[in-house]
Amino acid sequence: MSFDIELILDSIPKMLVGIGLTFELLFLSLALGTALGIFLLILRISGRWYLAAPTMVYIYIFRGTPILVQIFIIYYGLPQLEFVRDSIFWPILKEPFGCAIVALSLNTGAYLSEIFRGGVLGVDRGLTEAAAALGISVRQRFIYITSPIAIRLCLPAYSNDVVSLMKSTALASTITLLDMMGIARTIVAETYAPYEVFISVMVIYLVITWAIQRTFAWIEKRMSRHVRREA
Amino acid sequence: MSKADRQLMIELENVDKFFGSFQALKGVNLTVGKGEKVVVCGPSGSGKSTLIRCINRLEQHNNGKIVVNGHELTGAVKDIDAVRREVGMVFQSFNLFPHLTVIDNLMLAPKLVRKTPKAENRKKAMRLLERVKIPEQADKWPSQLSGGQQQRVAIARALCMNPEIILFDEPTSALDPEMISEVLDVMIDLAREGMTMICVSHEMGFARSVADNVVFMDEGEIVESGPPGTFFDNPKNDRTKLFLKQILSH
Ligand SMILES: Nc1ncnc2c1ncn2[C@@H]1O[C@H](COP(=O)(O)OP(=O)(O)O)[C@@H](O)[C@H]1O
Ligand SMILES: [Mg+2]
Repeated sequence: MSFDIELILDSIPKMLVGIGLTFELLFLSLALGTALGIFLLILRISGRWYLAAPTMVYIYIFRGTPILVQIFIIYYGLPQLEFVRDSIFWPILKEPFGCAIVALSLNTGAYLSEIFRGGVLGVDRGLTEAAAALGISVRQRFIYITSPIAIRLCLPAYSNDVVSLMKSTALASTITLLDMMGIARTIVAETYAPYEVFISVMVIYLVITWAIQRTFAWIEKRMSRHVRREA
Repeated sequence: MSKADRQLMIELENVDKFFGSFQALKGVNLTVGKGEKVVVCGPSGSGKSTLIRCINRLEQHNNGKIVVNGHELTGAVKDIDAVRREVGMVFQSFNLFPHLTVIDNLMLAPKLVRKTPKAENRKKAMRLLERVKIPEQADKWPSQLSGGQQQRVAIARALCMNPEIILFDEPTSALDPEMISEVLDVMIDLAREGMTMICVSHEMGFARSVADNVVFMDEGEIVESGPPGTFFDNPKNDRTKLFLKQILSH
């Protein structure tokens, strides 16, 4: 097999056209998924079973099934239902982009809420007790003590989840979106050169992963100032 | 002070506390008057922490009555946070907020609870850091301080809320021996200034010099109590005698 370097150099810029869409999918569903994850966390630790139980079912379903299946159900399945077509969500759900965002956000939210819960459970109970003993209210304890400490604790897991979400955005190409992967697939269909094209797209994804990891390593370092002892 | 003007700050009447089926406090009775210092001692697991944690409701008692500075904790307390503002607490493991600098540890509760202006909170925090003799550590992180310094910060943090009462739960047990006295000195100063204090402690020298009343607990009960002179030199109960022998032999 001969390797067409020129084709690689040629197709990378073409695929970079789709990087904008990849980033849109990533950042939008990360933002929505993070908000959903916090919401689910609060339901989960509310101490009320009728809030916690449905949350656990939700998390179990979305973590226990392939995200590709979730995307297909939302894209192919939901439009079959008349009440969905009549609902205010239809303008979002009739577009493949909307469906991809919804699926990625719902999925990431489930994973993130578990990550956040791990962080909250990792906060030393003595600290919230000390705050309680000072007369600080439950809500303020959560905001000023538990959250900042939990965020630092779950940052490494959060970073991993951002990388895995970034990789999942490639699945949007299965519902006609022309993100980087979508463009790669079109080029393959035209050139019949799967190796060169897919290896090129792989390199781009790797660079993005690397950038995400570096960014989080930097944030983590900044947030851990107080843990390092002075030399 | 004559017995007649003794103003009660803390009253416990027949207090029981259960953890599941395990009874951690059994009919505890105790009163603490304004400005009095009570030292609580007893073997590990005897219920000392549980006792003082019930006083600021970190634990809820199951039977009996607890009155703190006029607020009864039995039944539904409307605003437990209001009671907690009047009762400071110092823990064995310091429990400083690790993500806040020393001065911010002191300023947090006044900001959130009293909502006093920042400049005022800072001034007060600095004054208290001077009082516990570490003003130069104000901008450091807790993890950069020694254990003794951290515990002094924790005491200053409790004082920031102007409590009427301070509860100490073995404040020197987690410290290296050479740091114990710097913390005890701060506590002795506080005692001299007339603070009402309950200290769980096995520092018998401290108890002798500061306590108005020494309480010995075992298996969830107050077995014996009395002024330090009587308590140490003339203990009546056999369990107390055995405990004192063990404590003093090392
Ligand atoms: N949250 C809890 N759940 C169950 N048991 C507890 C809890 N806290 C304390 N206990 C039990 O209550 C008893 C008294 O504990 P504690 O008050 O901490 O003793 P001390 O401070 O005298 O060492 C111990 O046997 C301990 O195991
Ligand atoms: Mg204890």
